[in-house]
Amino acid sequence: MNLSRSTLDLWVGTFVAIGLGAILFLALKVGNLVSFGSVPGYRIEARFDNIGGLKVRAPAKAAGVVVGRVERIRLDPATYQAVVTIKIDHGFQFTTDTIASILTSGLLGEVYIGLDAGGDAKMLPDGGTLAKTQSAVILEKLIGQFLVDKAASGGGK
Amino acid sequence: MFSAVATGFTDALRRLGNGSIAAIRRLGYASLFGVAVVRETPAAFARLNLTLREIYFSGVLSLIIILVSGLFVGMVLALQGYDVLQRYGADESLGVLVALSLVRELGPVVAGLLFASRAGSAITAEIGLMKATEQLSAMEMMAVDPLARVVAPRFWGGVISMPLLAALFSMMGVFGAYLVGVRLIDIDPGAFWGNMKAAVDFRFDIVNGIIKSIVFGMAVSMIAVFEGFDAKPTAEGVSSATTRTVVESSLAILALDFVLTVFMFRGLGV
Amino acid sequence: MSDTCAPTSVADAAHPDIAVELADVTFGYDRRPVLTGISMTIPRGRVVAIMGGSGCGKTTILRLIGGQLKPASGRVMVAGQSVPDLDREALFAMRRKFGMLFQFGALFTDMSVFENIAFALREHTDLPEELVRDLVLMKLHAVGLRGAAYLMPSELSGGMARRVALARAIALDPMLVMYDEPFAGLDPISLGVVGQLIRRLNDALGITSVVVTHDVYESLKIVDYLYFVSEGKVVAQGTPADVRGSGDAFVRQFIDGEPDGPVPFHYPASPYRAELFARV
Repeated sequence: MNLSRSTLDLWVGTFVAIGLGAILFLALKVGNLVSFGSVPGYRIEARFDNIGGLKVRAPAKAAGVVVGRVERIRLDPATYQAVVTIKIDHGFQFTTDTIASILTSGLLGEVYIGLDAGGDAKMLPDGGTLAKTQSAVILEKLIGQFLVDKAASGGGK
Repeated sequence: MFSAVATGFTDALRRLGNGSIAAIRRLGYASLFGVAVVRETPAAFARLNLTLREIYFSGVLSLIIILVSGLFVGMVLALQGYDVLQRYGADESLGVLVALSLVRELGPVVAGLLFASRAGSAITAEIGLMKATEQLSAMEMMAVDPLARVVAPRFWGGVISMPLLAALFSMMGVFGAYLVGVRLIDIDPGAFWGNMKAAVDFRFDIVNGIIKSIVFGMAVSMIAVFEGFDAKPTAEGVSSATTRTVVESSLAILALDFVLTVFMFRGLGV
Repeated sequence: MSDTCAPTSVADAAHPDIAVELADVTFGYDRRPVLTGISMTIPRGRVVAIMGGSGCGKTTILRLIGGQLKPASGRVMVAGQSVPDLDREALFAMRRKFGMLFQFGALFTDMSVFENIAFALREHTDLPEELVRDLVLMKLHAVGLRGAAYLMPSELSGGMARRVALARAIALDPMLVMYDEPFAGLDPISLGVVGQLIRRLNDALGITSVVVTHDVYESLKIVDYLYFVSEGKVVAQGTPADVRGSGDAFVRQFIDGEPDGPVPFHYPASPYRAELFARV
């Protein structure tokens, strides 16, 4: 098969173009290109007694809108608390008395951090720590608590 | 009678040992060959029209099978996925299921398998035939290195074509799922695309998928050129080399897929 | 045996009339010995034939000269240089001075006749396209196929393909041309054409030609000297006149085409009677 150079170039060029176009389609229409590259933002820390099913890359939402992502989770060996580092997109500022809670979206949904802004005048800086947090609800502890309460009220009669 | 069994046993052991040593020796030879091919990369790109020809023969000529297969795979995924998801009331996550399956796994793997069967076997047959008709020898005697002129362009043609084909496969798959999910089953298009966009991360899913397809492309192309170059210069030799390319490429793709998935998607289940 | 064309000294750079020399070369594939101490000299400017039965190592000799194989022992000298000792660059530089005609042509099937011959010119020279075109057409004219310049190899007959391969072999005006079975499978007319071309090109271009063949008739018509190879050694040699009148049993069997002689008819086997009446 003898291909003229110009036909060859045409076909190869078309092929590469639609191939790259497919990648672009996947990036924009199928994926969320928002997370491509480093979106400028700042980091804050929150300490929890129990993070439940929270994972790295879980979203941080305020009023249900994604404002950042969990970047790192580690255990503080001194206080045995979980230290969660959250990266907040730079467009959003939160007050120093913001409450961070670990919530589940729906019954079987993913675990995320909910941020409730407070009324304080000062805003959290880069590297700041959230003062108030609410740990995840652990089902077993809830049931255990319920049984203990039941026993206490029943035994008190 | 016992001695007969014993000798049969030792014979089998000896054959196994010889076979293993032969296999390892072949692996070593293949690795050295691979290094030699990669060393000729500057030559392959200096004569750009050679590599462009190979991109045409591996990539452009594989388009039809990739696009059609992608479409059908996407459509079937949507049908089967919907059947399962709607039991949990999660039918609006169909887009998520299809997109993640395609971008992370099916795109690179299935496109890789199809590429190995179509383009890989063609490359092996071509090089094997050139060897059998002494064209490679003739080139050598004319002081032109066949590795630089014949082998390296085919290798890089395959490596460049693979990720593009995998992306096209995924794109057609998503489109097929859209046709079935939104047009046929009447899922809300906003939910379909919206949930999909929220769940598919560019860096994590798409880029990893592209990396996988590049790795598969390298594996398939290297196996294809090696088997062609190493083929016995007879009709049966070329034919068995072609079969070996398809089998070895397929196994390599699946094995590499496992290894890459473990490393890339380690976040799963953490 | 006349010695005007067969210098017997083991000379190299001191005797520039020797183009190729093999001295006591041994070579084998895995454990099968092919050449067991073979020696021959090929003078410059001559056409020399290497003859022998199939599988006796004739093609191996060509591969040793061309550097595609390394001998287990012995020397292979071309124009005073030891071929097995050359590094990759030097070997490639030497090969640019060779031309080789492969059995059945070995033309590049994805290029036209013109491009096959232009291949070496484009790869190794910086000549402008017009000059390349002229050279290619000249080579094709020399073999009588200028009109077939733009055909594809698949469109050529066997004889034509062989001639195109010949034109390709002389594309860079080599100093040594090697022919591997140039007469194999050709019709009588093509045989005559190829034979004449080998002789005329050799004399016109002043090159040295080594022809590996078992076609006795054509060889005797065109060569200056012959070597007969059997079981890895040279068993007979001489000019065409010597060979025609030779009394050597091997040469006689070869020339006359006798089924039995020094090269036995029967492949080694156990005694006939014993095998027929053997108990299974």
